[in-house]
Amino acid sequence: MFDWPTLVESLPLLAKSLLVTLESSLAGLGIGFVIGVLVCSLRLSLHPLWRRLGGAYIFVFRGIPLLVQLLFIYYFLPRIGLPNVSPLAAAITGLSLAAGAYIAEILRGGFLAIPEGQLEAAHMLGLSPLDVLVRIQVPQAVRLTLPALINEMILLIKASSLISVVGLAELTRTAQNIAASNYLFLQTYLVLALFYCLINIPLACAGGLLERRLKRRLA
Amino acid sequence: MTVTKTHRPALALRGVGKRFGSNQVLHNIDLEVQSSEVVCLIGPSGSGKSTLLRSMAFLEEYDDGEVFIEGQLLGWEPGLPRKRTSRAHLNKVRSTIGMVFQQFNLWPHMSVLGNVTEALIRVRRIASGEARQRGLAMLEKVGLAHKADAYPAQLSGGQQQRVAIARALAMEPHIMLFDEPTSALDPELVGEVLHVMKQLAADGMTMVVVTHEMGFAAQVADTVVFLDQGQIVARGSPQKLFHMTQHPRLQQFLQNYLDRNAFWQDMKEEATA
Ligand SMILES: Nc1ncnc2c1ncn2[C@@H]1O[C@H](COP(=O)(O)OP(=O)(O)OP(=O)(O)O)[C@@H](O)[C@H]1O
Ligand SMILES: [Mg+2]
Repeated sequence: MFDWPTLVESLPLLAKSLLVTLESSLAGLGIGFVIGVLVCSLRLSLHPLWRRLGGAYIFVFRGIPLLVQLLFIYYFLPRIGLPNVSPLAAAITGLSLAAGAYIAEILRGGFLAIPEGQLEAAHMLGLSPLDVLVRIQVPQAVRLTLPALINEMILLIKASSLISVVGLAELTRTAQNIAASNYLFLQTYLVLALFYCLINIPLACAGGLLERRLKRRLA
Repeated sequence: MTVTKTHRPALALRGVGKRFGSNQVLHNIDLEVQSSEVVCLIGPSGSGKSTLLRSMAFLEEYDDGEVFIEGQLLGWEPGLPRKRTSRAHLNKVRSTIGMVFQQFNLWPHMSVLGNVTEALIRVRRIASGEARQRGLAMLEKVGLAHKADAYPAQLSGGQQQRVAIARALAMEPHIMLFDEPTSALDPELVGEVLHVMKQLAADGMTMVVVTHEMGFAAQVADTVVFLDQGQIVARGSPQKLFHMTQHPRLQQFLQNYLDRNAFWQDMKEEATA
């Protein structure tokens, strides 16, 4: 039933697709984090207009399924005059926009937990709003919400299987193709599952480690 | 050519008023603080001491009147209707003020030295090596150079407040504002913070201190200002103010302190009897 030699032949292909998955989800996370910070500070701004803008962003990009967002970016945006986007660019854009909405909501709790006085002290010393955001608010918000952020990272890596819809040969789609040609369904999907675990388990461990280290310092 | 030194006050408030909604918290406050003067603000809880002090730093946007820092209008553009000055201008006027808060407000994710050097590096654009030197010198001043690499959570309250003072001093302010700097401290830690503040006063720092430490006010203040229900009811040198009998509210306020400390007297009398 198991035919390992045949499967080993397709491993390089799978490994290559692993890179596509990693590349797009890490880029999505990085850009999504920046979007998340900005949307979060919009949400918490004193201006009602900006607050509503932040709320609208989260409503849209958290409310619409990622799959639909990806299709929209890839197939519909070019129709309305935006230049052709490459599959990878579309995938990263979709993942970033969605991750941004979730990360903004996660960070909000962290932002709110920072005592106002810390920000007043920063303003009194002349720090700019950007400095306050980057040096005072974000580092603390990240520490305070680290478990949820790591959770979001893992969710995003798993959700990245959806980017095959714009024609990208990421991990899951490649495994499907391999299985369809070698008929080793069970075996191929076992290896696929293993690949996802190999990314996510170290991530979870690193996160746990970081969390413990930071806690010791802030306690 | 002769240089004429104008005797403008370090800090001047003219007719300052502040409302929260319909609650008028400050009424028509006039106050001048001269260079090197130490002013202590005292008064019952809710009388507006914090609001007044915070208005001097534009942490509260005062509604009426004007606050001048070394002759420059703070926070508002001249003229009416009121319009906030640019952030750059506010920061410029504010740059001569240092503020120390009741809750210290250190940044817990940065080391003690990091707290002190952050603004030197980000605002003053001083190279990190030199900022480190300056930061250590400031920490030395408050007796905490040996804690430079510790994190705030590893320090006692008194030590944290001394770091907060060093952080403010690093920016070389001309005026220091303190809002109940020892009220969040265990009694045995109050002394070390007051000691640093006395040192500052002796060095000629201009200071406005909201405090419940009547001993500090009596020893260090040039002027004590008594605030009640958002108004300055009495002001004067500590010797004068602590013996003003014509103000019943002030007498009542001071009596609380005498009552609280009365047991010392009783115990002393018992011991000698
Ligand atoms: N942000 C705010 N919003 C609404 N009301 C406020 C606000 N801050 C202060 N007040 C009110 O203004 C009045 C003066 O408060 P303030 O904090 O200045 O008093 P205080 O003299 O510093 O008192 P304490 O000794 O308790 O610190 C109080 O009635 C308080 O309830
Ligand atoms: Mg107060």
